[in-house]
Amino acid sequence: MLENVKDEIQGVLKKYPDKKSAVMDMLRIAQREASGHLTKEAMDEIAGLLGMPPVEVHAAAAFYTMCRINMPAGKHRVWVCRNLPCSLMGAEHIIKYLEKKLGIKTGETTHDLKFTLDTAECLGSCGTAPMMQVDDDYFENLTESKIDEILAAKGRES
Amino acid sequence: MDKVLLKKLGDPEAHKIDNYVKAGGYKALGMALKMPPDNIIQAVKDSGLRGRGGAGFSTGLKWSFIPKDPTIKKFLCCNADEGEPGTFKDRGIIDWDPHLLIEGMIIASYAIGAAKSYIYIRGEFALGAARLDAAIKEAYAKGYLGPNVMGTGFNHDMFVHRGFGAYICGEETALLESIEGFRAQPRKKPPFPALAGLYSKPTVINNVETLSCIPAIIERGAKWFSSIGPEKSPGPKIFCVSGHVKKPGLYELPMGTTLREIIFNHAGGMLTEKPLKAVIPGGVSAPMLTEKDLDTSMDFDSLAAKGTMLGSGAVVVMDSSACMVKTAYIINRFFSHESCGKCTPCRDGTPWLTNILMRLEHGEGKQGDVELLEGLCANIFGRTFCPLGDGAVMALRGALKNFRNEFEYHAKTGRCLG
Ligand SMILES: Cc1cc2nc3c(=O)[nH]c(=O)nc-3n(C[C@H](O)[C@H](O)[C@H](O)COP(=O)(O)O)c2cc1C
Ligand code: SF4
Ligand code: FES
Repeated sequence: MLENVKDEIQGVLKKYPDKKSAVMDMLRIAQREASGHLTKEAMDEIAGLLGMPPVEVHAAAAFYTMCRINMPAGKHRVWVCRNLPCSLMGAEHIIKYLEKKLGIKTGETTHDLKFTLDTAECLGSCGTAPMMQVDDDYFENLTESKIDEILAAKGRES
Repeated sequence: MDKVLLKKLGDPEAHKIDNYVKAGGYKALGMALKMPPDNIIQAVKDSGLRGRGGAGFSTGLKWSFIPKDPTIKKFLCCNADEGEPGTFKDRGIIDWDPHLLIEGMIIASYAIGAAKSYIYIRGEFALGAARLDAAIKEAYAKGYLGPNVMGTGFNHDMFVHRGFGAYICGEETALLESIEGFRAQPRKKPPFPALAGLYSKPTVINNVETLSCIPAIIERGAKWFSSIGPEKSPGPKIFCVSGHVKKPGLYELPMGTTLREIIFNHAGGMLTEKPLKAVIPGGVSAPMLTEKDLDTSMDFDSLAAKGTMLGSGAVVVMDSSACMVKTAYIINRFFSHESCGKCTPCRDGTPWLTNILMRLEHGEGKQGDVELLEGLCANIFGRTFCPLGDGAVMALRGALKNFRNEFEYHAKTGRCLG
């Protein structure tokens, strides 16, 4: 499955004196290529490419919270920050509102497979709390109407 | 004080190399490359710069531990893992002024003789990683990176290493393990990274803000830097202000500015008419202070004398609406979530603390819970492999010391005092 991104992988390998160091980039690429989750096959393929025992790749993957192993995610990943500064500014309310609006609980994916909702620990944006990350982008100073707009715009993307 | 670190904050064009050079960028690099490396290390020592990643160790001294033997490979790693809750300063530099960091890193690499450097940026900072990748590419194109930097014969390559979600990667030896492709668990010290760091080679690990101070030290001199703020803890410092204030955000001020000035003069004062109840001065690992401590000078030594720390300079302000049991629960939940699992006191102790705090917060506390918390703290503190476990205990002890009655009230009645 990593055939299509050969050039990108070559670039990654060039960064390090030891191939093994590329494991995090490879996991990220594999996860992106497989709609947001890591399969056992992908991790085994990475192990082969990097000359690592598969268990080491699995162990590295299991360590990092952004790795999503064997659980297909929705098209858009939503992470709401729930650490102290965001909580002081109403993060719990934002989480409840998103759960209601999407009709799911934290950790779940909507039936139309458009959104997966999760919480996150401090995302380094505490001055503009409450905030959430949707895919690669930060959305800050959240209000209910802002959330409505963001979800509507993301929901329209096909 | 004119700004050094955040002068580009909010300028949408400043991250491009032409604009950086036009504003005087890369001049310090040219000056540094004409200096003998040891003179740079001496200047950084003389400036009094202390690490902005949390521990406050002398940067020049750290660099001076690197062996001088030119046949040994060396590395520089920039710590851009920025995970301490309340902290968002490194992102402020990386997103808006990536070349400032890159210039600082090239100078540091030249000073210690490193031919390669890595920027370890936390996985969630996608914009930051893209900004850095683009800026590094520009710097190569202009001859600030690559072979024969600015025609001086110094060679340097720089790479971005993206994290994938784990607070412990900010601990310097866990960061090295993570780059090497292992699970990110801290290493035993000694050997210290200065002797055996990345790929077992001598390595300097410095925070983003630390390295971003370097160009100004070269250009304006060590004296200028050391004249800002307290004598033993000088220089400009970024304070990250969040929580119940009118104007949360990043403030670059002289080290040693008081908490009162930061909160009331710069951050606009309290958000509503509710009074200040508690303030965390340096990220959630730092024990909280109260109203009576507002005149404390924000520097490494003054805060240590108050039993807390400057840490990352993350100031979290709480008014009277904040429940301290809930605050302690959120902070502890974070630490138990981020425990890397290497040592038992932290791996087993922090979730235990979290469970007790959760039941107190949810009105299901029991008599004796406060004592149980204290007993557990005593069993964790000083027995953990790295400072994460101690940080969890220190934060909780700070809350208990100042607001013990609130915890007891929760245990007895299942409710908040408020
Ligand atoms: C649990 C833990 C997390 C840390 N997280 C960070 C971090 O996110 N960024 C950082 O620069 N330093 C962090 N540090 C401190 C680093 O270990 C190290 O001291 C620092 O990067 C050295 O750079 P400096 O001398 O420029 O401060 C952390 C330390 C510990 C124990
Ligand atoms: S104190 Fe916690 S984070 Fe540090 S090594 Fe032990 S288990 Fe890991
Ligand atoms: S606490 Fe939410 S971004 Fe820091």
